[in-house]
Amino acid sequence: MVHPDQVRDAIRRALPDAEVEVEDLTGGGDHLQVRVVSGAFSGLARVKQHQLVYGALRSELASEAIHALAVQTALPV
Amino acid sequence: MDASTQQKIEALIASSPVFVFMKGNKLMPQCGFSNNVVQILTALAVPFETFDVLTDMEIRQGIKEFSDWPTIPQVYVNSEFIGGSDILIEMYNSGELREKLAIALAS
Repeated sequence: MVHPDQVRDAIRRALPDAEVEVEDLTGGGDHLQVRVVSGAFSGLARVKQHQLVYGALRSELASEAIHALAVQTALPV
Repeated sequence: MDASTQQKIEALIASSPVFVFMKGNKLMPQCGFSNNVVQILTALAVPFETFDVLTDMEIRQGIKEFSDWPTIPQVYVNSEFIGGSDILIEMYNSGELREKLAIALAS
């Protein structure tokens, strides 16, 4: 399990301009939902946008510290 | 990933215009995310084939490297990776998925 703050910090290290909202869906710290708003997504297909987010959390996902991660990405308005 | 796993994955995704790597099968998905994908494709009434990654650890790990995507389910249309559960839901809601599948299945 990971703390939502760790997830937000890891995403911000990869995408410094990102606005990140993390929701712990079960309270167990391993089923998380993130919404990430970043200019870095501009011009990228959704698969690529999500890959940027997954890349930031690679070690947490590989170790299954995060078991399930729902991702939503968006461009800044 | 060894060459035989890669070949097996390539053969699977080429075996059907719409192919899903999931946990469980169409009748008994073993994960909520996999279930979402089955429900969406069923709602759109498109033919699709699935592979249960819980039955094969090499495919389960290999498919994540193959697509550079860390989670299951994974949906392929005409051998192109189009996304997992979240992207399928977004594309379904926007109507983009229906359009993409109609084109894919017509070709």
